Amino acid sequence: MSQDFPADSVGLVTPRQQHFDQPLELDCGQSLPEFDLVYESYGTLNEDRSNAILVAHALSGSHHAAGYHAGAHKPGWWEACIGPGKPIDTNRFFVVCSNNLGGCHGSTGPLSTNPLTGRPYGAAFPIVTVRDWVRSQARLADALGIQRWAAVIGGSLGGMQAMQWAIDYPDRIAHAVVIAGAPKLSAQNIAFNEVARQAILTDPEFHEGHYADEGVIPRRGLALARMIGHITYLSDDAMRAKFGRELREGKINFNYEVEFQVESYLRHQGQSFVDRFDATTYLLMTKALDYFDPAANFDDDLSRALAGVKAGFLVLSFTSDWRFPPSRSREIVKALLDTDKSVSYADIVAHHGHDAFLMPVPEYLGIFSAYMDRVGREVGA
Amino acid sequence: MSQDLSPEFRMISDWIKPGSRVLDLGCGDGRLLGYLQDTRQVTGYGLEIDQSNILRCVQNGINVIHTDLDEGLQDFDPDSFDYVVMTQTLQAVHYPDRLLEEMLRVGRQGIVTFPNFAHWRLRLHLALHGRMPMSSALPHAWYDTPNIHLCTVRDFEALCAERQIGILQRSVTTAYFQESLTARLMPNLFASVALYRFEKLKR
Repeated sequence: MSQDFPADSVGLVTPRQQHFDQPLELDCGQSLPEFDLVYESYGTLNEDRSNAILVAHALSGSHHAAGYHAGAHKPGWWEACIGPGKPIDTNRFFVVCSNNLGGCHGSTGPLSTNPLTGRPYGAAFPIVTVRDWVRSQARLADALGIQRWAAVIGGSLGGMQAMQWAIDYPDRIAHAVVIAGAPKLSAQNIAFNEVARQAILTDPEFHEGHYADEGVIPRRGLALARMIGHITYLSDDAMRAKFGRELREGKINFNYEVEFQVESYLRHQGQSFVDRFDATTYLLMTKALDYFDPAANFDDDLSRALAGVKAGFLVLSFTSDWRFPPSRSREIVKALLDTDKSVSYADIVAHHGHDAFLMPVPEYLGIFSAYMDRVGREVGA
Repeated sequence: MSQDLSPEFRMISDWIKPGSRVLDLGCGDGRLLGYLQDTRQVTGYGLEIDQSNILRCVQNGINVIHTDLDEGLQDFDPDSFDYVVMTQTLQAVHYPDRLLEEMLRVGRQGIVTFPNFAHWRLRLHLALHGRMPMSSALPHAWYDTPNIHLCTVRDFEALCAERQIGILQRSVTTAYFQESLTARLMPNLFASVALYRFEKLKR
């Protein structure tokens, strides 16, 4: 390898795979007889195994959160926040990120072989929930010998997993960092997800989920789903700053080809997504988002849902995020305040929209770093 | 903002029962809460609007909640704190009267400190120079001051009387945070900073 990596990157990384042969009961009532989780880790686990951090990924993420795969030019999805000297400092912490169940990057999902049939699960893969993910991640923690995470951290859908960890395993998580999160989806959020799903489900190449058997991919549907998602991740300001109404050829052509730069950008985002993501995984992930509602088992009272939480919380939102606006984060904060939990909250001024949690916004990184420093000092890292 | 606030902190700390739950409005870098945690084993939160102050709170290990006090304290339930404290902030909010009532909605008692605009030096400054007074407690020029609702000891007490707020304790200090006899006898004239502990009067 002659590749040079930036000094603040974890550099070359190789994913690992953990097999679990005990069945996993799922919220939907089905169970997976056995399963695999693919994960990456960065940094070193200390002697008393107290410096472990779990990073949970969002909708289209994977286990590849930081560093570079051999030959790849693009780093992992959270390179802005994970690495030596970064908020999640790999000189201090042992960082684990796994590909969620139902994913398409190695963990057991729709593309995996169903041991009962010998064929890919496809549409037969059961619908998984945030709680199922947390349950599977607890198994991974067991396998790695990690009794308690110094922190579970995530943005968006990842933040929901951090919350669920704090609720389901109060003794196994010292801190939860919930970034650009929400305690449950709004009707508008679910509506966007439904449009994305309909784009996939109505693609003629979908074949009721058995497109792998047919040797095709519902490319158009998945690309459309990504396009609508992408619009909601950016802010109006960010789009205006990036594209304005700039025309590709400098003039209007009175046709339906790509004319505005923003159209070109969206089509590119959609197309490139098809090459790295699976349509059924997208359906599963959006369903997990829709179903997430930890207060549902507590008469819709979020503070009761969080009453047993022992973790300290850092909640961060971004001013221009309209997918999960600051008011949604404040609901989480309020519920924690109601029962006198340890919580800090900041609404970061950023113009990037929901995607800001992936960006190196200095104020964001500053507060995040300061909090992680506290986490590190607590565990002697 | 005065350079050394610790005498003010000491006075506030003396007023607070150990182990109380405290909400600190406009907590700045969180130093007061840190001090109260150390001296009075309090638990609680700081509310702050400024991002760089929020950063310093997190660095100082203080639980801080990003809040615009002008929007009230709607994230907090009634009577959820023993004390709601607000140091050197009353004069900087849009609705100081409403905020005082909010303090007594979420807390059993309130504690505020503010610069007394009737201090003799400020009066003299205005009388002699005909310009907006500046002092160590009020270091800003009139056009860029965060202090939009300056008041005097008498103003504050009049407001309390009008809103059925009972003053439990008052302390006044000179410019150097020393208690002095003159300031105690004639606070409106000689107090540089005024400290009050108060609660809602029962009807």
